[in-house]
Amino acid sequence: MNRSPSQFKILASENVADQRLRNTFQSATGHALGQRAQSVQLVPEWEDLRERAHRIKEETVEHLDFYLEKLEASVIRRGGRVFWARDASEASNYVVNLCRRLQAPTVVKSKSMAAEEIGLADALESGGVEPVETDLGEFIIQVAGETPSHIIAPALHMTRQQIGKLFHEKFGIPYTDVPAELCAFARQRLRREFLSARLGISGVNFAAADTGTIVIVENEGNARLCTSLPRVHLAIMGLEKVIPRFADLPLFLKLLARSSTGQRQTSYVSMISGPRREQEWDGPEEFHLILLDNGRSDILADPRMRRSLYCIRCGACLNTCPIYQRVGGHSYGSVYSGPIGSVLTPLFQGLEVAKDLPYASSLCGSCSNICPVKIDLHHQLLWLREKLVSRRATPWQERLAMSLFAAGMKDPTLYRMGSALLRLLLKVSGRGNRPFAVPGWSPTRDFPALAETSFKQWWEDNRPGGEG
Amino acid sequence: MNVSLFIPCLVDQFFPSVGINLVKILRKVGVSVDYPREQTCCGQPAFNSGYHEEATQLARRFLEVFGDAETIVSPSGSCTSMVKVFYPEILQDVGLRKSLQAVTDRTHEFSDFLVNVMGIKDLGATFPHRVTYHDACHLFRELGVHRAPRELIRHVRGIELVEMENSDACCGFGGTFSVKFPEISTAMTQDKSAAILKTEAEYVVANDSSCLMQIGGYLSRQGFPIKPLHLADLLGENL
Repeated sequence: MNRSPSQFKILASENVADQRLRNTFQSATGHALGQRAQSVQLVPEWEDLRERAHRIKEETVEHLDFYLEKLEASVIRRGGRVFWARDASEASNYVVNLCRRLQAPTVVKSKSMAAEEIGLADALESGGVEPVETDLGEFIIQVAGETPSHIIAPALHMTRQQIGKLFHEKFGIPYTDVPAELCAFARQRLRREFLSARLGISGVNFAAADTGTIVIVENEGNARLCTSLPRVHLAIMGLEKVIPRFADLPLFLKLLARSSTGQRQTSYVSMISGPRREQEWDGPEEFHLILLDNGRSDILADPRMRRSLYCIRCGACLNTCPIYQRVGGHSYGSVYSGPIGSVLTPLFQGLEVAKDLPYASSLCGSCSNICPVKIDLHHQLLWLREKLVSRRATPWQERLAMSLFAAGMKDPTLYRMGSALLRLLLKVSGRGNRPFAVPGWSPTRDFPALAETSFKQWWEDNRPGGEG
Repeated sequence: MNVSLFIPCLVDQFFPSVGINLVKILRKVGVSVDYPREQTCCGQPAFNSGYHEEATQLARRFLEVFGDAETIVSPSGSCTSMVKVFYPEILQDVGLRKSLQAVTDRTHEFSDFLVNVMGIKDLGATFPHRVTYHDACHLFRELGVHRAPRELIRHVRGIELVEMENSDACCGFGGTFSVKFPEISTAMTQDKSAAILKTEAEYVVANDSSCLMQIGGYLSRQGFPIKPLHLADLLGENL
């Protein structure tokens, strides 16, 4: 299902009207927020941790070239290979070529937003390789032919009944909506794939520059299998996933697990430093790391937008966003949804394609408030709006209205006279101060009546001194 | 103390009682009140929509109009945060730094001013009704003000304050967001209203007329009797 961010308005108004979908998102995000709040409460120094993480990310992003080269050197020292991919096709081609060399008809894949971003699964299929998603949520949406609706929980939009029906139809198993049974089926089916695949693909949550260690957090164990069973392991990461030091890891793990799922720690934390070494018994023979740019250098070049690269993909801003909660992930027409998606998608795919996204926010600020690395997300949206205006990409009616507004507001006499004239006109026309019908507003809400006397007028009539 | 009133354009045109009651409150606590007549709008509508050039012009005007003010008080968390949080973002000229700093330091949202600057919690108002309080986003998250309005409410004689669920969840207004995305905006207000109605309060109180316009507009359209009430109106009308 191909959706584009340019369709946000249409998709969002469809989805917000779908009460079942809204309930699904509101209850799932509400649950996640509750779990998060509970686990954060147990950390009295939470605010200090956020501040520290912000500083470390700032340090990293400000010196990204330095840390990435350090990471590269560390990975190579450990016997791994590093590929710098400028864009999606360079990254995908590298993977497809690797599959050809390995003569791998199938690859097992664990969850990776970077892989989603570049459409790796589609590229593999076009290259004659079958990608098998092994994360349960990803597996479900792959079977359904869907795209992820949440950074952390890709199948968040589906109910267990829908999943039961899907498995029944696609695999011919008896219908069940018991999560444990559905999970057991997927597990059994995937086990075969793990054992036969020659290449395992994973994402990266953190990559420590000093040791060349990549870190993957998960709860299902599928990423551990993807990265240890097949002969070759390939990990793909956005440039911003590097952290300076292995010693920074405890801080980020604490923030990530609690922010995303409300866990103190995820069930599995895999730390991988290169391929199997001579004295070791198991593990892959080759380890490849793709460093994906795909627009990140351009973001880095813009000091105001740079902070969006601090993101650790916890999904908390999605959960807390009143817009995401009501329209769901698919409305955004991109793999990144919610507030971080509204920031990243226009930057990755172009402002013109995604021009509604920066406006898809009431600027309530709860995203910035919850962000574990303190990205000023809603302010980033404001800077994107400014970019749209300066490129004259907003409707001409709006541009005109804003210049009139500014002209009227800049001149107090004009403002005063306009305000008086409007009231006079309303009076003589016999319309009085009955409220106007405001397009967009009035179908669902009453608009207030213009006051008979403005505050300004009241002050004029009642000043100075004494009571009004 | 001399206070210069900063009355948002929305209050000026649609809800003047909020300003009038603020004058009453401020006089009651013994400060002298002035209203710089040249003021218009802080520029937030333009700024939030991305029209930073227009917003910057209005921000400069604001500094001219309020440059000499000893203290600036406004009955809006949103417009106050425009001055305190966003002016420094758009007014980057070195020449303005000093006057900008002075103005942002001296600008206060009115409940914050009463409680945290003046140290006054009890204005002597009486209001024997059940109310619930909505935390406006800008006041709550940009300015961090949530205790002050509750202190003022709790000290009103006869009042009963019932907290709603998720009192800091956005009401759905968001300026032009409310008309650009009416379906989403209304869905947010719908949920906010459900939380309000659950408290069985007679009034929903907030410190921003814009939130109240959104919530009140939805409630009255749905025919619910619960009334929106600005804290300045609650306090000033019942002194």
